[in-house]
Amino acid sequence: MMGENGVLLQLKRVSQQYGSGERRFTAVEDVNLTLGEGEFVALLGPSGCGKSTLLRIITGLQAATSGEILYRQRPLRGVNPYATIVFQTFALFPWLTVLENVAIALKVKGVPADLRATRAIDALDRVGLDGFENAYPRELSGGMRQKVGFARAIVTEPELLCLDEPFSALDVLSAETLRGELLELWTGGQIPTKAILMVSHNIEEAVFMADRIVVMDKNPGRIIANLPVNLPHPRQRKAVEFQNVVDQVYATLAGQTQPEYLELGTAPGEPGRTRRLPQVAIPDLAALLEYLSDLPGNRTDIYRLADELNLNSDTLLSLVETAELLGFATIARGDITLTSLGETFAEASILARKEIFATCIRRLPIFKWLLAMLRAAERRQLDWNVVQTALELEFPPQEAEAQMDTMVNWGRYAEILAYNDDNTMLYLESGATSSN
Amino acid sequence: MKRINVFGSASSTRPFGAGDLLALLLVLVVLYAGARLALNAPDVISGPTIDLKPRALPWYAALSVGRMTAAYTLSLLFTLVYGRIAAYNRRAEQIMMPLLDVLQSVPILSFLPVVLLGLSAILPEAIAVELAAIVLIFTSQVWNLTFAWYQSLTTIPKELREASSIFRLNGWMQFRVLELPFATISLIWNSMMSWAGGWFFLMAAEIFTVGQRDFRLPGLGAYLHEAAEQSNFGAITWGIGALILVIVLLDQFIWRPLIAWSDRFKVATLTEAEPPTSWFYDLWSSASLASWLRDRVSGPLLERVDQWWLRHFPVRETAVAPSVGAQWLGRALPLLPLAVLLYGGYRAGLMLLSLPLTQWEQIGLGLMATLLRVVVALLIALAWTVPLGVAIGTNRRLAALLQPLVQIAASVPATALFPVLLLFVLRLPAGLNIAAVLLMLMGTQWYLLFNVIAGASAIPQDLRYTSDLLQLGRLERWRTLILPALFPYLITGAITASGGAWNASIVAEYANFGGQTLQTTGLGALISDATAQGDYALLLAATLTMMFAVVLLNRLVWRRLYVLAEEKYRME
Repeated sequence: MMGENGVLLQLKRVSQQYGSGERRFTAVEDVNLTLGEGEFVALLGPSGCGKSTLLRIITGLQAATSGEILYRQRPLRGVNPYATIVFQTFALFPWLTVLENVAIALKVKGVPADLRATRAIDALDRVGLDGFENAYPRELSGGMRQKVGFARAIVTEPELLCLDEPFSALDVLSAETLRGELLELWTGGQIPTKAILMVSHNIEEAVFMADRIVVMDKNPGRIIANLPVNLPHPRQRKAVEFQNVVDQVYATLAGQTQPEYLELGTAPGEPGRTRRLPQVAIPDLAALLEYLSDLPGNRTDIYRLADELNLNSDTLLSLVETAELLGFATIARGDITLTSLGETFAEASILARKEIFATCIRRLPIFKWLLAMLRAAERRQLDWNVVQTALELEFPPQEAEAQMDTMVNWGRYAEILAYNDDNTMLYLESGATSSN
Repeated sequence: MKRINVFGSASSTRPFGAGDLLALLLVLVVLYAGARLALNAPDVISGPTIDLKPRALPWYAALSVGRMTAAYTLSLLFTLVYGRIAAYNRRAEQIMMPLLDVLQSVPILSFLPVVLLGLSAILPEAIAVELAAIVLIFTSQVWNLTFAWYQSLTTIPKELREASSIFRLNGWMQFRVLELPFATISLIWNSMMSWAGGWFFLMAAEIFTVGQRDFRLPGLGAYLHEAAEQSNFGAITWGIGALILVIVLLDQFIWRPLIAWSDRFKVATLTEAEPPTSWFYDLWSSASLASWLRDRVSGPLLERVDQWWLRHFPVRETAVAPSVGAQWLGRALPLLPLAVLLYGGYRAGLMLLSLPLTQWEQIGLGLMATLLRVVVALLIALAWTVPLGVAIGTNRRLAALLQPLVQIAASVPATALFPVLLLFVLRLPAGLNIAAVLLMLMGTQWYLLFNVIAGASAIPQDLRYTSDLLQLGRLERWRTLILPALFPYLITGAITASGGAWNASIVAEYANFGGQTLQTTGLGALISDATAQGDYALLLAATLTMMFAVVLLNRLVWRRLYVLAEEKYRME
């Protein structure tokens, strides 16, 4: 389909690491990726999988720690002059008018003033913003602002158009409209763009728009699958073929329930990888389990849950991961099945739920580790910062803090941990000291 | 009214770091150099003759405003350069920000004598005094401006920065399209504050006179001083009137329009509250002259400037790595100033050691006395500003009535009124003592009042309803709602206020009035007296003591309270 000339971009064994020494963390590991002319590729994965980092490496905003980035067979140095980005938060200059925001991209290229205006107005026409040239971004709705973002990106006629979750800050309707309009511009050949690379965490969106989905996973950020989407445009979301692809992506991302010792990981400081606790709200988890317990056979396709529970795929996958981690459910081939423990939880009273939850989290190595440290500590209390510092040997600082938040949150719910924000001390909840 | 961040980098709770020590050393050496120079200062300095006729006032007003303008221009230039280096150069930042933090908390006025004497030793008298005044105002205006600029630069949203890289804006275009607009609002607010604070120091500089050395400058401050000396109440009224008029004119024709104009630079996408308005700005922007200027003059000019920069400084494709030699030079270069600093510190230490023990005792005693006055002034200010501020902040009708009055009263720099105050208070027993506390009070109470008003009006309506519903008693309501909600604002106000009080001590504890010299026990009096006597070791020691005391208080007391307020008592 694409010859050697048709290759726009090539990543060879690209890695990105942060920090140094013992506290060195890999954000992106060993990524190989090729992007050809005429391709619309979606980079899909849960938050924290390094897909935005990868986009910044490709556009030259950030230098990779190791590996090669070739653009048209030439190594990339500095900001990629053939690429532009449409940003998630639009990144428009609030003090410039719509026209000025678009024209500035031309101004720095030395285009004379009158030609600048003509071309900027033309770009605005193409995204359907004629008449709004002299408005300020604050006067526009989110969807219209993002149209300005698109106009600014296409006015310089880039070969590679990068989209950084361009629809995720928009309301549902505007996002849907804008997706359709972008596809029209792209498939209708109305923009000289050679390829589009879109970062997304929305599975349906990726299947709806892209020719190929590159699936990434976290810890460390890496590519786990390359799925072609061979459906003709315009695609029908309710069509069986469409749903099958969505199911396939969910199955890839949700993975397979592993034997327990693999699933749980090891405690911080021990050899092996410490399992990160997904960040979820416990009421949401309970709602998911209750929903599953009402289904025949206590099982369903994961992708169906997104629609029926009205959750975005990111949150849904975190919930599914939590249910799996705590032993409330098992995952296989994109299906989720409630375990008998999960069923008991779903049907239990508030107090009984807390007890079940407490038993479950006590099995997690990271909790065992924390409880053991607390039991050994003087007066059975530890400063938050001490624990966080210990965790930072395993996780980057921000992640360590997030893990602390989750542990305190879960521990409080299970009534095995207490935390006093005034003196930043963690305590063992009385009664939690004796057991296990 | 917004609450400003008084500690730019208060996140660290450690009282002192290496950068702080370096900063303190630098200030020490500069002061020492000033004191050394001062050895050659002339013993007698004769001041100007001040004309008390009202028709002299426009000229004096022009001179005063001119000094302010010169100092402010200097501040702005310094700010843009210093802040940009600190924001973009990690190694420089580690020294530059602590230095800024120390300089910001130092009582600037305590440097005035050293600067005056040092400059008058090497420059003709008139120029030296003029320059010293400008330097003094500059040092009072510049720090918060620089902090504001630095903070803006470091808080520009990441995606806006990335957009300007991806669309290949060069340094100039980034400055003009991204950095400056993003910082505009903060710079203008801080300029206003700097300008208001500047008056205090301008007046102090214009009336400064010790013993045989009359450092006065022709201007509004000296006019008021002379009028009070001669008990000429007509002239006093004229002088105060002129001062208020100048301040009001500047407010109406410069600051209000600027604030109204700067509203377009708000980054927040939601339009909150009512935008600031200015009648003059409305008039101006609807005038055809303005649009003619924009279309015919400023627009084309800016386009030319932009094109010139774009042609001559295009974005470099790749960053050029510095050569090995340049790297070594970069590492070795800071060593030279460091060596000079250490040597200067050593010489300063020698000078301090030459000071007899009895004088150190005096300094200790003076420190205690001044500290006591600062505390008393702060307590009195709290006692009246909290009830009144809460009343104004929670009652719209009262606010509409009192706010303008309070603003005018606050706009008059306390130092301008000091001579007038002396005229009345000196007749009382312990007169200067009372006058000193009063001056500190006058210089500080407004910060507190404005902060209390802001804090009280920021208490959410639903919390007030809740305490109504719970039928909380007056005492309970203050304890559970009002005081905790005010706490962050009180701390911010008190920090600024105590800084102002220390400054005031220099002019408050020592006065040349009616041909006689009056002084009371205090560090400020010691500094002024040492200036008059030409005792440079004492001058250096006393100035340093005040600086260390204030910096220490800031780090050990105020900063902790500030962190507590930020973490625990902030309304989200």
